[in-house]
Amino acid sequence: MAVATTGTTTMNNVEAVRHTLYEALKADPKTLIMGEDVGARGNVFLITKGFLDEFGPERIIDTPLAEASIVGIAVGMAMEGLKPIAEIQFADFIYPAFNQIVGEAAKTRYRSNGDYTCPLVIRTPYGGGVRGALSHSVSIEALFYHVPGLKIVAPSFPSDIKGLLNAAIEDPDPVMFLEHKKTYRLVKGEVPNGHFTIPIGKADIKVAGDALTVVSYGFYVHQAIEAAKQLASEGLSVEVIDLRSIRPMDKTTILESVRKTRKLLIIQEDNKFGGIGAEISAMVVEEAFFDLDAPIRRLAGPDVPAMGYAQTLEEEFMIPTSRMADVMREMVKF
Amino acid sequence: MPTTITMPQLGESVTEGTVAQWLKKPGDAIEKYEAFVEISTDKVTAEVPSPVSGVLKEIIVKEGETVPTGTPIAVIDEVGAATQPEPALKAPHASPMPARPQPARPFVARPASRNGGALNPPEVLRRVSPAVRRLARENSVDLTTVRGTGDQGRITANDVLAAAGQGPAAAMAAGIMAAPQTRQPAPSAPAPPAPSAPGRSTYDRPIPGTLVPLSQARKIIAQRMVESKHTAPHAWTMVEVDVTDLWNLRQREKDRFQREKGYALTLLPFFIHAVVQSLKAYPLMNARFSDEGIQVLKEINVGIAVAVGSNLMVPVIRHADNYSIAGLVVEAGKLIEKARARKLTADDLTGGTFTVNNTGANGSVLSAPILNGGQAGIVTMEAVVKRPVVVDDDKIVIRSMMNVCLSLDHRVVDGAIASAFLVDLKKRLEARRSGEGL
Repeated sequence: MAVATTGTTTMNNVEAVRHTLYEALKADPKTLIMGEDVGARGNVFLITKGFLDEFGPERIIDTPLAEASIVGIAVGMAMEGLKPIAEIQFADFIYPAFNQIVGEAAKTRYRSNGDYTCPLVIRTPYGGGVRGALSHSVSIEALFYHVPGLKIVAPSFPSDIKGLLNAAIEDPDPVMFLEHKKTYRLVKGEVPNGHFTIPIGKADIKVAGDALTVVSYGFYVHQAIEAAKQLASEGLSVEVIDLRSIRPMDKTTILESVRKTRKLLIIQEDNKFGGIGAEISAMVVEEAFFDLDAPIRRLAGPDVPAMGYAQTLEEEFMIPTSRMADVMREMVKF
Repeated sequence: MPTTITMPQLGESVTEGTVAQWLKKPGDAIEKYEAFVEISTDKVTAEVPSPVSGVLKEIIVKEGETVPTGTPIAVIDEVGAATQPEPALKAPHASPMPARPQPARPFVARPASRNGGALNPPEVLRRVSPAVRRLARENSVDLTTVRGTGDQGRITANDVLAAAGQGPAAAMAAGIMAAPQTRQPAPSAPAPPAPSAPGRSTYDRPIPGTLVPLSQARKIIAQRMVESKHTAPHAWTMVEVDVTDLWNLRQREKDRFQREKGYALTLLPFFIHAVVQSLKAYPLMNARFSDEGIQVLKEINVGIAVAVGSNLMVPVIRHADNYSIAGLVVEAGKLIEKARARKLTADDLTGGTFTVNNTGANGSVLSAPILNGGQAGIVTMEAVVKRPVVVDDDKIVIRSMMNVCLSLDHRVVDGAIASAFLVDLKKRLEARRSGEGL
C-alpha cells in the first residue's frame, strides 16, 4: 500500500477505510481488528483483504456470528489498554450488541469514575438504496444517539473518512463509525497522504449559500449537493452542511448557518420519527427561533419497519435528488 | 444604575466615529468587556467592549450616524434585568408596531409607507415568521405597509430589511415599490417579485438588476477617490525593470528567510526598500501640495495597498527608512496580517507620505493608480513576466521583467523629476544581486 506522506491519493470510500485501518495497524501495535469475516475472507467489502497475512491472527480476529461477544470482548480489551476496532458486518446485525454498547462501553468512564476508559471503535456499514432489503439497509444512528457517552460519526467523503477514522481510533472513549455502504465504491475523492485527523463533532460546509441551510449526512449529502448545484444554476443559493459527526453535534456551524439563511431543511435517510432531524430541529428552535423565516422542514425515510426488497418499495423509501431540489426550491421561494 | 457610554476615541487625532453596527439591542444583557457596538472611523472598524456589566437600556446613536468622540451613544443599566417588557412583542398582530419609547432621543419612525397606506390584508400578517417579527420590531418597520415578495405574498425577512432601508435587498424591494415598471411592457401584470433574485445582493455576491448598498468603507473609498482625482492633476509614467537578479536572489533566500524570520520573503520589501532610497534621492516625490507651498516631508512613511475582502486598506510603515529588508518584511507582514484580521488601528492607517501598490499580485502588467491622501506619488509593482530582451551586447535573452508605474501629482513635480525618480528606482532594483543587508 501507498506510503507517501505528502500530496494526495484518489480513493473511493472503501479504499479510504482500508487505507486508514492499514496505517493504524502499522503505526500502533495495540490496534487490532475483530469481527465476522474480517480475517480469512478479508471483510465482505474486501476492506481487510490481506490483513490477516500481514498482521497475524492475534490482531486480525475472525469471530463467530455473535455480535454481543464481538463488542463485549472488545470492551474488555479496550479497558485493559488495547485499541480494538470491532466490526459489525452490517449495521442491521448490531442489535444483539446493544447492551454491550449502551450498557457497558458508553458507561465505562462514568461507572469507574474515570479510572477506566473504553477506547473502542465500532465500525459498521449502514444505509440503503443498494437492494439490500430488510437486513442490509438499516440506519441505526437514532437508536444510539440518545445515549450519552457514545460518539457517533458518519462521514461520506474519502478524506473525511480518513480524518475521522483516525480521530475515532485515537479517541479515549467509544466511537461508532458508520459507513454508508452505497457510497463505498460510488464516491471517490482526493485523500491527503500521511497521518491527519478531523475533530469529531465538527460539521463541514460542503456548499456555501445564503438563502437556505440544508443539513444532511451519509449518502444523502451527495444528493443534496447535486440538488444545491441545480438550484445554483437557477440563481438560488443553498448552503449544504455535511454533519459528518452525529454526536457530538456541531451546533455552532448549524446555528451560524441558520442565522444567516433563516431557513432550515434537514435531509436524513433514517425514519423520520425521533430521528437526527428531530434533534436538530428542536435545537434550532430553542436557540434561533427569532432568526427563522420559515418553518423547519425534514425530508426523511417513511416510518415503516424496513426498506422493502422490491425495487418499487426501495424507491418509495429513498428520496430522489429531484425531490430534494423541489423542496429546496419551495423553501427558498417561501 | 445607568452608565452613559460615549463615542470612544479610536486612535490619535481621531475626532469622530461612526456607529457601524449595534451588536446588542435594547434589553440585551451585556457582560463587562463584551463587545456591544462596532465603531468605524475612516477605514478602521473596531468592536468596543463594554466598561460595565448590565443591560443595554437605550441606543442613542443609530447605525450609520457619525458623532464627535465623547458624545453619548448608549446607556447601559448596570443592575439586574431589563426593566421594561418589550412592548412590540405584545402588539396585536394586525396593528402597526408602536414606536419604542426613546426618552433621550426619540426614535425617528420610518416613513409609514412608500405608497401611502396599509397594504396587507390580515391573512398576510397572520403568517409572520419569528424572524420577520423580530426584524420589524428592531427596525421599527410597520408590517402593514411592507410588500411581501414571498410565497403568496408572504413578508420575508429580506422584505423587512428592505423596508427598513438597510438590508442588502433593500434596493431591490424598494425599487419595485417606488419605481414605475419601466421594464415591464405589460402594465396589467402585478409587480413580479424579482424571481431570479431570492438572496441578498451584496458586494461579494452582486445580483444583476439590484442596487448594492454602500458599506461605510465603500463610501469612504468612493469619497477619497473622487476627492483625489478631482484635486490632484494626475500624470502617469512607467519604466520596465529587469528583476531577473532580484528574483533569483529572492528564490535563493526565501527558504532560509522563512525559517529564520517566520515570514515569506516576497519582492515587496525589496521594492519598498528601493522606493525609500529613491525618495531620499528625490525629496520632492515625498511631498505634499498646498496653496502656501510644497511641503517637503521629513518622514518617509510608506503605505501598502492591501485588499481585504471587498475593501481596500492602506496600512502605513512608519519611518520606512529605518528598516532593513528583513525589517520591512516583518513590518509589512505584521500590517498585512492585521489588515486581514481587521485589526488595524487608525494609527496604522494614517501618516502615509507615499504609497506602494502590488498590483502585479492580481496579474496586472500595467495600472494607472489614483493618488492616495494628498501624496505626490504612488507606484505600482506589476506582474513579473519572462520576456525576450535585447541586452547590452545586442543579444536577445530571456529576462524576468516587471513594469513599474507611477502616478504623480503634477502640481508637485513635472515629468523630468518623476522620470528621474523612476529611473533611479529602476537602477536600484536592477542592481540588487546579493543578499547583503537582508
